[in-house]
Amino acid sequence: MVSTLEPPVSALPGPRRADALIAIDHVDFYYGATQALHDITLGIEAKKVTAFIGPSGCGKSTLLRCLNRMNDLIDGTRVGRGTITIRGVDIHRPDVDVIELRKRIGMVFQKSNPFPKSIYENITYGLRLQGLKDKARLDEIVEKSLRGAALWEEVKDRLHTSGLGLSGGQQQRLCIARAIAVEPEVILMDEPCSALDPVATAKIEELIQELRARFTIVIVTHNMQQAARCSDQTAFFYLGRLIEYADTRDIFTKPANPQTEAYVSGRFG
Amino acid sequence: MSAGKHIFQSPASGFRRAERAWLWAFRLATYLVLACGLGVFATIVVKGSRTVFQTEAPFLNVRFLTQAPESLYVFDFEGRHYEQGDREHRAFVAAHPAAENVKKESLVYSAGGIFPCIVGTLLLVVGSMSIALFLGVAAAIYLNEYARDGWFIRFVRLAILNLAGVPSIVFGLFGFGLFVIFFGWNVSLLAGWFTLAFMVLPVVITASEESLKAVPKGFREGSLALGATKWQAISTNVLPYALPGILTSSILGVARVAGETAPIMFTAAYVVRDKLPWEVARAGDFFFQGVMALPYHIYVVSSKIPQNDYTERVQYGSAFVFLLLVALIATTSILLRNHLRNRYKW
Repeated sequence: MVSTLEPPVSALPGPRRADALIAIDHVDFYYGATQALHDITLGIEAKKVTAFIGPSGCGKSTLLRCLNRMNDLIDGTRVGRGTITIRGVDIHRPDVDVIELRKRIGMVFQKSNPFPKSIYENITYGLRLQGLKDKARLDEIVEKSLRGAALWEEVKDRLHTSGLGLSGGQQQRLCIARAIAVEPEVILMDEPCSALDPVATAKIEELIQELRARFTIVIVTHNMQQAARCSDQTAFFYLGRLIEYADTRDIFTKPANPQTEAYVSGRFG
Repeated sequence: MSAGKHIFQSPASGFRRAERAWLWAFRLATYLVLACGLGVFATIVVKGSRTVFQTEAPFLNVRFLTQAPESLYVFDFEGRHYEQGDREHRAFVAAHPAAENVKKESLVYSAGGIFPCIVGTLLLVVGSMSIALFLGVAAAIYLNEYARDGWFIRFVRLAILNLAGVPSIVFGLFGFGLFVIFFGWNVSLLAGWFTLAFMVLPVVITASEESLKAVPKGFREGSLALGATKWQAISTNVLPYALPGILTSSILGVARVAGETAPIMFTAAYVVRDKLPWEVARAGDFFFQGVMALPYHIYVVSSKIPQNDYTERVQYGSAFVFLLLVALIATTSILLRNHLRNRYKW
């Protein structure tokens, strides 16, 4: 138990697994002169759900956006030290094509962002980018992706109406369907339920349980119950450092670190 | 009781009087502006419609809209009063040789119509707006989507904003020096297009940038996260949503391009030209010919020929047609914009 919470002087090293699909190795990350991540080391296993939790500003979203190099879009950001390796390839190698990386590492955003196009066009967007034009094949993928995102029954009669006509939860599932349509290996979810009501949230969580069989999922969440309910591994971040990383059950029942214990029991954050 | 004093009664204070005075000052200022605008419009519409419309079928003065300007001959012959255009007069004289030496008043440009000017203005507007939109949108995309913000980009933006304040006559002289003389394009459509395009570029760039900024970041990120290249994301998922805004600003540009006289005086406009723009020997000559244009024609007929009842027709008629033409182009742009806006809503 701790009464005051100060930034940890040295981060606890997270577990590294040799068979990790994604290996994050001693990563420092900067927004301009501000260091947002300090010496992060952790491995993410294939076909598992890994949750990043922690209070606002702890760096969990920043780390997530490192994995598909979305941070490249922000001026002045850089990985100062360390490597991120996916399937054994350092994603910052000069010969890594960020377009190819992002095709394999899909992303679902905090604020659902269906494009102002029809539901059908939303799903086929990524495929068309890759030059797929075969109508029958597209139709097939649209149905498969919408079924995969548990949305098919609700929208099958209005595929050609705007994706923006859907409810908030449906929009977020549309974004998930759009992400899985291009068959990525990993799906990054950046607080996918933060704008949703409990019923819509429950549906997304259910969906995550179904998707884990086919995809590796990394989910950033504010909601500790959500992490507890749907993840296999949980990493707790605080002030840009990885405090503890373990099986979700252990994090929530017998956390090794007093700060983790204070956070998951709701005493701060 | 109701007539008696109560606590919520307004005290007669200076603040209340000032409040009423300011309200009236603002109201009168608005009405004054409205009155001026209406006065200008009403004069042009009332006087101009006498030229453009007529009381018998087809109720439209087709000649005025479809013929080239001619000289007007006014004379009395054998006890009758005649007002004839150039060609009509020559035919008349051929038929009545005695009419040749009658005392007559001749007024240039006051008969016939203004068809070549309408065509010229349309050509100038379409060409220069195409150039301005292409260059302007491209520059805005670069500034907003690609360029990294730094002192240089800020300087470029500032320069563009300042360009918007440059008087149009300066653009005219610039076009004259660069396109007409240095490039040797002479007084031509091409020189006029580029001069007018440069004049409206600052407005187009600034407005396009604003429109691009207004497209939510989520659309760009969503595209990129699906493996789009930057240009794929912009062309499929940013630019289409920014187009209505870009078109809105171009509507103002259209009115300016159609209306400015100074930039085309030295670069594109002819006082009079017998051939219509498509009557060229080779297709390539099309771009290197000068044209007649409505604003310049209005300038010529209102300042270079005598003012009387006969010339008033063409003066107000041209101004009226000009207003109609600008309104027509603007309406087309508005309809196009609304169509796009309905297609992409968020």
